[in-house]
Order: sequence, then C-alpha cells, then structure tokens
Amino acid sequence: MTTATTAPSGRRPGRPEGQRRPERQRQSTWRRRDAATGYAFVAPAVIGAIAFVVGPLIAVAWYSLHEWNVLANTFTFVGADNYQAMLDDPALHDSLLASLWFSLGVVVLNLTLSLGLAILLNQKLPGTTFFRVLFFSPVVVSLVAWTIVWGFLLQADNGINAFLSTLGITGPNWLRGSVTAMISVIVVQVFKNVGLNMILFLAALQGVPEEIQEAARLDGAGALRRFWSVVLPMISPTVLLVAILTVVGSLETFALIDVLTDGGPGTSTTVLVFYLYRQAFEFNQFGYASAISVLLFVIVLVLTLLQWQTRKKWVFHEA
Amino acid sequence: MKPDLAEKPAGAVGEEPSTAQRGVRRRRTGAGPFGIERLGRLSMVLLMVLLAVPFVFPTWWMITSSLKSTSEILRIPPTLWPAAPSVEPYRQVFELQPFAQQYFNSVYIAVLVTVGTIAVAALAGYAFARIRFPGANVLFVLVLTGLLVPSEVTIVPLFKMVNALGLIDTHWPLIVIPILGAPSVLATFIMRQFFVTLPGELEEAGRMDGLSRFGIFARIAFPLSRSAVAAVAIFIFLKSWNLYLEPIVYLSSKSNFTLPQALTQYVDAYGGPIWNVQLAATTLTVIPVLIVFIAAQRQFIQGLANTGLKG
Repeated sequence: MTTATTAPSGRRPGRPEGQRRPERQRQSTWRRRDAATGYAFVAPAVIGAIAFVVGPLIAVAWYSLHEWNVLANTFTFVGADNYQAMLDDPALHDSLLASLWFSLGVVVLNLTLSLGLAILLNQKLPGTTFFRVLFFSPVVVSLVAWTIVWGFLLQADNGINAFLSTLGITGPNWLRGSVTAMISVIVVQVFKNVGLNMILFLAALQGVPEEIQEAARLDGAGALRRFWSVVLPMISPTVLLVAILTVVGSLETFALIDVLTDGGPGTSTTVLVFYLYRQAFEFNQFGYASAISVLLFVIVLVLTLLQWQTRKKWVFHEA
Repeated sequence: MKPDLAEKPAGAVGEEPSTAQRGVRRRRTGAGPFGIERLGRLSMVLLMVLLAVPFVFPTWWMITSSLKSTSEILRIPPTLWPAAPSVEPYRQVFELQPFAQQYFNSVYIAVLVTVGTIAVAALAGYAFARIRFPGANVLFVLVLTGLLVPSEVTIVPLFKMVNALGLIDTHWPLIVIPILGAPSVLATFIMRQFFVTLPGELEEAGRMDGLSRFGIFARIAFPLSRSAVAAVAIFIFLKSWNLYLEPIVYLSSKSNFTLPQALTQYVDAYGGPIWNVQLAATTLTVIPVLIVFIAAQRQFIQGLANTGLKG
C-alpha cells in the first residue's frame, strides 16, 4: 500500500498514469491474464448453470410438447396437447386449489405467528435468547424428521388425541378428514419455518427508531394504535418480502405432503409439486409432468420477480 | 424503580447501563402504574411459555416415545416418561436397515457438497465481484437463473440425464448436481455480495507484492470471507442433509439411502410405521444437528436469516 500511495501524480493507486512504459506493458499483460483467470474462476459455476439449470429448463419445455410414457417407451411430438389436457384435467385443478389453500393458510398463519413472536421477543423480557433459540430450532431440523414426529402426534388414537381423551375430548382423525388434513399440513409446515421469519421480523422491528414510537406515545397513542399506525407501516416492506418468500417456499413443499398425508385423503392435500411428482414417477407420464413443471416454473418466476421488485424498494427504504 | 431492578435476571444486567436512561424515561411516561406494567410483562412471559409448547413438545415426545415398548407407546392415557425405558428400539434401528451405512451416506454427501459448493461459489463469486472480463455480466445473469428455478421443475430432465449416464442408484447426482447446479447459485450470489464490499487497497497491496490473481484470492480475499463462508456452509450442509425429493427419485437400494429417505422405511408388513423404531431413528438424526445448533446458535440464526432473506 505504501508503494502505491507514494506516487503523487495519480490519486488512484494502480492507474499507470504518467508512468514508465514497461510498467504499462506489465499492466496490460496482467489485465489480459486477469481476464483469463476470471473465466477460469467462473467456469465451474457457468458450466454447471448450463448443464444443470438452463439446459434442463429448455429440455423440460421441449418435453412438455411430447407424449412421453417411460414404461411404454413412447416419445411423440404432440404440440400443445399436454397444455390442452391441463385445462381439461380436474385432478390438476384440484391440486392447484390445494396449493392455493395450502399457500394461503401457510402465509396467513406464518406471518401472524412470526410477527407476534418477534414482537414478544422485542420486549426485552427475561429469557429472550432462550426463547429465540427455541422457536428457531425446528428450522435446522430435517423436514422429514419433523414431519414423522408430527405424524405420530396426529394419529387417530394416539399423540394429541390421547391427551385430549384424558380430558374427555374426542379429537378428530386429523389426517383422515380432508379439512383437518389440510389444517394439519399447514400447521406442521408453519411450526417448522416460523422461526426464520420471526428473526427477519425481529431485525425489522429493531430498525424502527425508538424516538418515533416515543413521539407517538407522548401523543397519547396506545400500544395497539402505535403498532398499527407507526410500527407496521415502517416494517411493511419486510412483511411483503417475507410473505412472498413464504409463498414460494410453500409452493415447493414436497416432503411434508409425501410423508404426512401422501396427498390424501383422496386428493385433498395433493399440492401442485406432489401432483407433478405423481405424474412423473408414479404414472410415468413424463410429457405431462413436464408441462406441469413449466406451469410451476411460471408461477414461481412471477412470484420471484415480484420479490426482487419488492427488495429494490426495501433496499431503498433502508437507505 | 427498586423492585423492578431487583427483579431483572442476571442475563439482563449487562445491558442495564446503556439502556438505563431510556428505561427511566419510558417508565415515567408509561401510562399505567408499576403493577399493571409488571402484570403485562408477566403475562407476556406466560404467553411465550405457552407458545413454546408446540416447539418443545414434539422433540420431548419423540425422545421419550423412542424409549418405549411397542405396547406402552399405544397406551392411553399416554405416559409422559417411559415406564420402563428400553433401548430395544435403538437396537432395531440398526437391525431393520443398514442405518449406520445410511447415516454415513448422509454425512459424507453433505460434507462433500458443502466443501464443493464453497469452492465453486467462492471462486465464481470472487470473479464476478472483483475481476473485469468481457461478458461477465451476461455470465452472471446466466448463473443467476438458478435462483428462479425450483429443483422440482427440472427433476424430470435431470432424472433422464442421470438415467442416460447410468448413474441411477449412485450418489453422483446427489453430489455433483447440488455443487454445480441451482442450489449453489445462492451461495455464489452471497459470496459475490461479500467480495464486492472488500476494500480494493487490500488487493492492490497483494498485487504490488507480486501475488497472482489466484494468490490474491487464496491468501487475501478468501481468508477474509470467513463469515460469509460460515453462513453458506451452514445453509448448504442443512440443505443437503435434508434433501428428500432427489434421493427418492435417484436411489433405489437401501444401502444407498440417505437419512430422510431411510427414516420413512421403518414400516411393518402392512406399510404402517413401527413408531418406536422410527422415532428412535429420527432421534438419532435430529439430536446431533440440534446440539451443533445450540452450540453455535448465533452463527446459525444469523447465517440462515441472511441466506433466507437473499434467497
């Protein structure tokens, strides 16, 4: 560093202004070699992106235009037939509806609970660190393990219902009724992930200046009013961002459904990803499954672009 | 003020000097008298304890049930603590499946994926942040498309590719695809965001000392990126450890299974789960991760919150 700053002419070190020729030559060789190093550094990531992301994405769009049964070994071009079939497939519509309910339930419950927990943790109550670790702990637990334990708790005559029966209450057969099964998968998913959103909200809450709240307090605003009119508007960009992240996460939920309900009872918890898996790896309809993949991709794409848009605003808000 | 101060637990004492002034002001302007405020705080603590139940109870129930006999596990009313704790379910965990092998599979795959991803992501992230080369922006956008593609979307073509290469029922797709494919893109992005903030003078100094670009990366930039690497490592390790869709699509023989997939296989002849054995296996899977998490909770929470926000 000292050698660089001794040159009085150029403020920026490394710029060979007014320097000797060999130096400039050395600079340009360095730059050329540097560009080559750059390509070498990014090569694994770029090759990986082509081979395992962009390539497969193009392939899935191409497959979606084909009738492709793996078992029967048929692969024929059928144009938009698979998309036409999607319009006429009541099972697909059911799965879209299931995804809608699932995502909606997850978002509403997750945001309410995580924001509530973040507010509680922000009160500087005793034991805050302990509770923060505790509420966060399911995030690091494997989803399948978490789901297995909840599956055990949600049996007809064991777990939660066994405890209820000691109180004289007959609990529902959670996983065998279509509404209770949907509620179950929503609740299990939310408890698993709520800790992450809680931390994001906690950070946002801590960014709300104390003075503004103090001013509202002096103006006679009660706690609820302060939250609604002062705190919530200030953290609203985070709320929106977290909401979108949660929806995208819920759209990609597969293990939970597979382990807890297997899409049932009937098809009541067969969300889009599960239906896609079933079409591909149980019914061997790879062409149709590819068309569903494209649909899933478009939905997630729209949401992710929306999220990036929000983040821009969020960053702006921070600055 | 006095009773309020005396009430504070030891842990809060450290914060006291800095917040004292603010606390005093708040107390003076607060609406109610002491009693009400303290009652409010007490009810908030109680609420938190109540909310903690669905987070603690499953873990408690998992561990205690895994020590119960087959008959006791079905007993009503349920026993909060096993009447006759037995390690028999744990013995069966290893008898019914090659569980040790499956455990090893999960560990070695997750370690390889973590190390590999960090290598790929740090190199690419560094180059995209610090090296100028023609086409860098185009290539960066190309790599970033991985953020837009959920792994479920490309599972069909990837399955076909793995199948064509004859790598079904091997661990190759579980190692190579995450390192080079979509899951590592977030890591690349986070590493780039970190390297962008490095002061240029540091590299300049390295250059003056005659270091090559790789030398600057390996000796100066990478060692400084420890916090970003830690966040990426935690995130990637857990992601690989918890992978479920890919293993069930690519693997078919039990000795190749990874843990999440193996856990679901403790079933009787009718396909119903053998609960105590399944819960014993689940306990063995969960407890080491929980211990590491508690030991390094700050890094875990910060790292995962940061990566979560950027994903």
